[in-house]
Amino acid sequence: MKKQVQITVNGVSYRGEVEPRQMLVQFLRENLELTGTHVGCDTSSCGACTVVLNGRTVKACTVLTVQADLGEVMTVEGLASNGELHPIQEGFREQHGLQCGFCTPGMMMSAWQLLQDNKNPSEGEIRHALEGNFCRCTGYHNIVKSVQYAATKM
Amino acid sequence: MIPNDFDYQKASSIDEAVSLIAQGDEDTKLLAGGHSLLPVMKLRLSMPAKVVDVGQLQELNYIREEGGALAIGAVTTHQQLASSELVQQKAPALAQAAGVIGDPQVRNVGTIGGSLAHADPAADYPGAIFALDGEIVVQSSDGKRTISAKEFFVDLYTTALEANELIVEIRIPLNAANQNSCYLKFPSPASRFPIVGCAVALHKDGGNCQEVRVGFSGVGNAAFRDSAVENALNGQSVNDQAIANAAAQATDGVDVLEDANASEDYRRHLAKVFAKRALTQLA
Ligand SMILES: Cc1cc2nc3c(=O)[nH]c(=O)nc-3n(C[C@H](O)[C@H](O)[C@H](O)COP(=O)(O)OP(=O)(O)OC[C@H]3O[C@@H](n4cnc5c(N)ncnc54)[C@H](O)[C@@H]3O)c2cc1C
Ligand code: FES
Ligand code: FES
Repeated sequence: MKKQVQITVNGVSYRGEVEPRQMLVQFLRENLELTGTHVGCDTSSCGACTVVLNGRTVKACTVLTVQADLGEVMTVEGLASNGELHPIQEGFREQHGLQCGFCTPGMMMSAWQLLQDNKNPSEGEIRHALEGNFCRCTGYHNIVKSVQYAATKM
Repeated sequence: MIPNDFDYQKASSIDEAVSLIAQGDEDTKLLAGGHSLLPVMKLRLSMPAKVVDVGQLQELNYIREEGGALAIGAVTTHQQLASSELVQQKAPALAQAAGVIGDPQVRNVGTIGGSLAHADPAADYPGAIFALDGEIVVQSSDGKRTISAKEFFVDLYTTALEANELIVEIRIPLNAANQNSCYLKFPSPASRFPIVGCAVALHKDGGNCQEVRVGFSGVGNAAFRDSAVENALNGQSVNDQAIANAAAQATDGVDVLEDANASEDYRRHLAKVFAKRALTQLA
């Protein structure tokens, strides 16, 4: 049986009916057409699907849409404001923090969580904070530099 | 991957949750963080007809001191436990175990109650629950009962929990040994689950070991307390020699897992190494 949900995504409230078995990442990508959030492994390992739910990062391939009912979600599309890149996005551009870009939205959301919890992280703290996000291109060094860049700008 | 269809109900209270599972029927599953249940449902290894969500029940989300114990609500997340100053102070082994589970996103969602109910042989918490002498409080429509760690963890993915019971609370006694406790883990490089996880609680008085409790995660079919190490150290003066002797007894007389991550011998070896490191850290 379908369930009514009301979920606020990047500040906009959505109402709709969803099947209980739908994952939040599908709701975002297919119902709302917010395709910035990616599906990599679909098995809660790679972090490509990372979004912020009620203030904490989650892997949206392993959260039901109905679990997010009455909640607030922020996706990569919610980072920039008034056409201005968020410092984290600026960091990835300035420090070459991406190659193919597949992991990037999830990386940025994990970076957002880290900088929310810790304004001035060490290199080691940055690497630990990104443990749940895989990148197959960059070798991570430039991602770490991107987060360091963002930390100095925030 | 999409799970099989199911009916979903969000419980609005403990009482409602307990009444929704009162039939004790195996086709009804509780859902907390979903980080063990949803992966197996996506693989269709589990196909419940009904899912009862308790993950957002505020009544089950707390950490407080109560009646000589730390009382922890079942849906408290790994992240909340790891960052709680009260837990870091009164039961550091539990905060440390919570802090090394999976990765940040998993810790933001996964709950202690869900992990204990799932009873993965490689879960981090159970060894710490043994070393801290913790208890698990469960509730059904018949009332509440309190289960010791030894009774609770039965075998691989098997606990003393009945299908009509909800874990409501985890209780960790407040005592000197628990305050001086730690959890060390050797993670699988791929999954971050422990190949060996060792929790120790140690109380010394005048250099002598008054009380020591050693729990292992990831080593056997279920977590266990290692009485061989404990007996070797109890009453002894705590020094490098005594610690080395005691740690060398780790896993004596215990069946040890062998899998793709580690042979039985290697696991036994790691258990001794981690017992020694944990004891040394607390000495
Ligand atoms: C990528 C990844 C890495 C992980 N790494 C680790 C790791 O390194 N170490 C580790 O220990 N764990 C690890 N886990 C597992 C994680 O800790 C899970 O969060 C935990 O095992 C289950 O908690 P949950 O709240 O998500 O439970 P759920 O998945 O919601 O439920 C699990 C089971 O418990 C039952 N249940 C849930 N709550 C209750 C309750 N209150 N009373 C009775 N039954 C209940 C459910 O019916 C279900 O059968 C990992 C998981 C993932 C996805
Ligand atoms: S797609 Fe969700 S963790 Fe990989
Ligand atoms: S940039 Fe290609 S996976 Fe990270």
